[in-house]
Amino acid sequence: MSTGDKQDFFDKPENIRRILRTFYGICALLFAADFLVHRHTEHGWEGLPGFYPLYGFVGCVVLVIIAKWMRTFLMRPADYYERLELGTEDSTVAAAAEQSGGHSNGGQEHV
Amino acid sequence: MFEVAPFIPFFVAALLALVLRGWPRALVMIAVPLLGLANLWMLGAGSFGAYSVLEFDLLLFRADKLSLLFGYLFHIAALIAIIYALHVRDTLQQVVSLLYAGSALGAVFAGDLMTLFIFWELLALTSVFLVWARRNGRAYMAGLRYFTLHILSGLLLLGGIIFYAQSHESLAFGQIGLDDNPYSWMIFLAFGIKCAFPFFHNWLTDAYPESTPTGTVFLSAFTTKAAVYALARAYPGTELLVYIGATMACFPIFYAVIENDLRRVLAYSLINQLGFMVVGIGIGTSLAINGAVAHAFNDVIFKGLLFMSMGAVLHVTGRINGSELGGLYKTMPKTTVLCIVGAASISAFPLFSGFVSKSMVMSAAIKNGYDWVWLILLFASAGVFHHAGIKIPYFAFFAHDSGIRAQEPPTNMLVAMTIAAALCLAVGIYPQALYGLLPYAVDYTPYDVTHVLTQLQLLFFSALAFVWLNLRRLYPPELPSVNLDVEWLYRRLLPQAIRGTVAAAFRLDGRVRRAAVAGVGNLMESVASHHKPDGVLARSWLTGSMVAGVVLLLGVYLLLGFAL
Repeated sequence: MSTGDKQDFFDKPENIRRILRTFYGICALLFAADFLVHRHTEHGWEGLPGFYPLYGFVGCVVLVIIAKWMRTFLMRPADYYERLELGTEDSTVAAAAEQSGGHSNGGQEHV
Repeated sequence: MFEVAPFIPFFVAALLALVLRGWPRALVMIAVPLLGLANLWMLGAGSFGAYSVLEFDLLLFRADKLSLLFGYLFHIAALIAIIYALHVRDTLQQVVSLLYAGSALGAVFAGDLMTLFIFWELLALTSVFLVWARRNGRAYMAGLRYFTLHILSGLLLLGGIIFYAQSHESLAFGQIGLDDNPYSWMIFLAFGIKCAFPFFHNWLTDAYPESTPTGTVFLSAFTTKAAVYALARAYPGTELLVYIGATMACFPIFYAVIENDLRRVLAYSLINQLGFMVVGIGIGTSLAINGAVAHAFNDVIFKGLLFMSMGAVLHVTGRINGSELGGLYKTMPKTTVLCIVGAASISAFPLFSGFVSKSMVMSAAIKNGYDWVWLILLFASAGVFHHAGIKIPYFAFFAHDSGIRAQEPPTNMLVAMTIAAALCLAVGIYPQALYGLLPYAVDYTPYDVTHVLTQLQLLFFSALAFVWLNLRRLYPPELPSVNLDVEWLYRRLLPQAIRGTVAAAFRLDGRVRRAAVAGVGNLMESVASHHKPDGVLARSWLTGSMVAGVVLLLGVYLLLGFAL
């Protein structure tokens, strides 16, 4: 526990390096275990050595890359819905919306 | 013997909580789930409380192993959530949370569809106040949307029941199954809305993160699990559910990766976990149903734990966005550890509760030839570790130091989280305790070399991907933003379409009015112009011009006389 400027565990780069090195070691051991331990499998692909580690790694990288790509067309400003729903829009946006006649008190949001 | 339906203690306690204050209220609230659990244990399987409305025989309480498991679960979840909320001084929240838990119990033990419908609507009616209890504009709007969708679910259920009653003698709640009858689809959809099926899932990601820190813990426990129970009761073995479930397990993880509000990340991950249960129900074998139900049990505990830890962060810091948090482990070590236990459980690490139930669904999928579904579920398992297992603890408690030096949350919050964490570990280490409660006999051992090894490989290499992406600075940063989802249709498109139509109507109306006014003006002008000085009718005419007129007239007569 810390107060003030005391350096905490994860503030020290050597601690992080040590943890990462242990982590890489465990990963290597787990990968190697595939060739040493006989697994009983129910499925063709499942029996391939390194299937689970590769699937986990590739799956997560693909997941993150697709998610990042999704941001390009899904991301909107944080007040995207509020502007309309709560009428908290700033005056320039408000003017554009008000002009069209519908007052934005959000009550008509629900059908 | 004097029999009390499980929902009654909760409703009575809610009445008491309305008049009591301070520690007597706390005492009543803690006693209710404990006494209720004892009551349910004594009741066991069986049924009572038959009554009839019109010509239908209805049944207030009907318990078998399936409903009993959910009954126990709801009592435990209520106990944990009540302890977590003990510090709250808000009569509204405390009363409706008891009513809400009671409604969930009523729904799970309903012996017939009509009773189910009543509690189904009560679930919506009571839970929406937990959203509104946040008492701000966003929560109010989110609550209204939540309520609208849940009332829609209730109406579909009622419509389904009416059709069902036309072709069935009894309204007993049992296997329905999908067929050509409209009622089967209406009831299916009613359950599906509450279960956050794709396209109907946004009420969950919309309303849960807007509730109070304590309210979300209640919300995450009951509504969706009551829907899982209803699906398991009425639609086991429906193949469509396998594909719906696989979709639910898969798509939310993409949103969870880019979402900034950490409780919304958990809401997406809740849909992902529901996907596993729905797949299990869809496969419908005894192993799959057992897996689905066991996973529902575990999910309530570990998802509750995660929501509690994030609620604690929100409670002490007032913030919940990943972009504003970080480095909290320094001053909140206990909450950090408890959150990591929840994260390990949802990620299905061996010795944690998720491991012993998720693998049952996965095994059932591969045993029944759903290879692609199995691959999707495996991807979803890796993904859930990525966003719920790593992202939640990492961005809240580690990552960059946000400079926030928050203290640990109140003791009651820590106690509630500790109970949940202990349950996660207990079920993970000694799964037989849970397996004994499952609806079917269990012939399944989660702990063998293959299982443990492959799961560890999957998880460690998912973590490796996270580390690698982070070191290469490829990991998407937390950004304050809104990500569009299906809700855009009714939060943006529909209101704008309505607004546009109304505006167009007003414009047209204005134009017609202006044209009419101008027309009347012109008419008046032209009439007036004849009478004005120098107007045709106001001019003084010369006598000669009148004589000329008469001559002209006579000339015309003459011509006519000749012509005829």
